Formats: sequence, C-alpha cells, structure tokens
Amino acid sequence: MESLALVGIISIATAGLTIAFGSIGPALGQGRAVSQALSSIAQQPDEANTITRTLFVGLAMIESTAIYCFVVTMILIFANPFWNYFLP
Amino acid sequence: MTINPDQIVLFEWGWFKINSTIFFTWLVIFLLTFGSWLITRKLSSVGELSRWQNLLEVLINGINDQIREVSRQEPGPYLPFVGTLFIFIAISNILAIVPGYVPPTSSLSTTAALAICVFIAVPIFGIAHQGVLNYLRQYLQPTFFMLPFNLIGELSRTLALAVRLYGNMMSGTIIVAILLTITPLIFPVVMQALGLLTGLIQAYIFAILAMVYIASASKAHQEIEKKGEE
Repeated sequence: MESLALVGIISIATAGLTIAFGSIGPALGQGRAVSQALSSIAQQPDEANTITRTLFVGLAMIESTAIYCFVVTMILIFANPFWNYFLP
Repeated sequence: MTINPDQIVLFEWGWFKINSTIFFTWLVIFLLTFGSWLITRKLSSVGELSRWQNLLEVLINGINDQIREVSRQEPGPYLPFVGTLFIFIAISNILAIVPGYVPPTSSLSTTAALAICVFIAVPIFGIAHQGVLNYLRQYLQPTFFMLPFNLIGELSRTLALAVRLYGNMMSGTIIVAILLTITPLIFPVVMQALGLLTGLIQAYIFAILAMVYIASASKAHQEIEKKGEE
C-alpha cells in the first residue's frame, strides 16, 4: 500500500480511538465528582457556594484530560506532522 | 477548516504580517482600555452612580471576593494581575458571538503567552512574600529528592493551563464548523450558546487557577506566621 494512504488510515483510526477512549475516563470522573458535590450540597446547603466553586475548578481539571485527547485528535486530523515526510 | 487562527493573515506588507490572532488581541486590548478609561474618567463617590461605573464596581468587587475566598488573603496585590487575566479572557471569549470575530484564545500562542505570564508571576509573588531563600526552599519540600518532581510539576501545570484554554476555545469553533456542515439550522446556535458558557467558565478557571498557584507559592510564609502566633 502507498505510504501516504497508510499514514491517512492510521491517523484517522487513531484519532477516533483517541477521542473515544479519552472521553471515557473524564466522563466517569466528572460523573463521580458531580454526584459527590450534589450530595454534599444536599447535606449542607449553606456551603453551596464553596462547593460549587470547587466543583467547577475540579471539573475543569478533570475535563482537561479529555481536552488533551481532543487536541491530539485535531492535530492528527488537521495538522498531521507525518504528512510532510511522504508528500511529494 | 483551520485549527490555528495564526494562519489567517489579514494584512501583509513585506515581512510584516498581521494575522487574525494579533489583530483581535489588539482589538480586545483596545476595547478594554478605552472602555475603562471612558468609564473611570468621571467617577462619583456621592450621589447617583452611572450605570457603567456600577458595572465596573460589581465586577471588581466580585473578583475581590473570589480572590479573598480562594487565597484567604487580602486581594490587594493580586487584583491587577488576576483581574486582568479574567477580564481579558472573558471578553475575548464572549465576543465570539460577533460574526467574523475569531477568539484570540483559540490560538495556542495567545494561551501560551498567558500561561507564561502566570509562570513568571508565581515566583515573583512568592519571592515578594517570603524572600528568595524561603521561596527556593519550597522546591526541596518534603525532601531533597522531590526537587525534579517539583520542577516538572511547575512546567507541566503551565502547559496544562495553556492547552486547557486553547483546547476548550478551539473545540468550540471546530464543533460549530462541523455542525454547520451537518445540521446547519438550529444546532450551531445551541452549541454557540454552550460555547459562551464554557468561555466564561474557562476564563474564571484560568484566573482561579492562577490565583491558586500564586497563593500556594506564598502560603508557607503564612503557616510560619500562624505557628509564631500560637
């Protein structure tokens, strides 16, 4: 097979796998964090402000792992550095 | 479709290029400084407040409260830096609803610059708070062998700050562009609204994380003070 086509196939398949696996972990983590925060707010409604703020910061930290996967996916699809080696 | 607004060149004259990142960054800077100058030109402490002065006061008070709650210190020295980060990122993200506008934060160069600002500000605030030796001693906590890990942590959190903001903003524009080709009628509007929310949250998180890092660099001093009081 031509190496250019091979690079394309592998890049696209890897991009799909990356975003698929990369979103599983953060989704589970965010679900846990939100459920814990909700039960904490239910127990202590007075502390809702602090809990919500910490929750948002924590969610952003968790989400950043998914964002890294997304960035890698976008690089693989739109800015693949390996094209240049095989482009005529 | 492009994932990098640095490649959109708006104006070119020989080697001198203005790409859309630079242009819109300067637009936001101009909007912020000119707007603030216009509002703060005639402040009044008695009688009726102007609407815009009220807006700025609410904003500054809100940022002050957040800084005070996160760092448990007086917000005075941190307000200019953290507040500017927040307002700049928030405005550049919110303006994304204006057609033709490309948020400068969806370029990795802008977010990397902002993250490097935080990277430099942390030791400056830390040294100002507790002196050079005490600040450097923090890197040897809890033992000498943790030094490389502390250094790596310092670098990787800077990288994480930059890539987080970039990824969030870039994903917003990309998802809207992809949806436009599939369902061009209503869904892009919904995603745009969601993009506004994420934009604001990311601005808030960037500022809060910068504050947390700065506060952690100037925390050891406080603990020593507390022990002294006891």
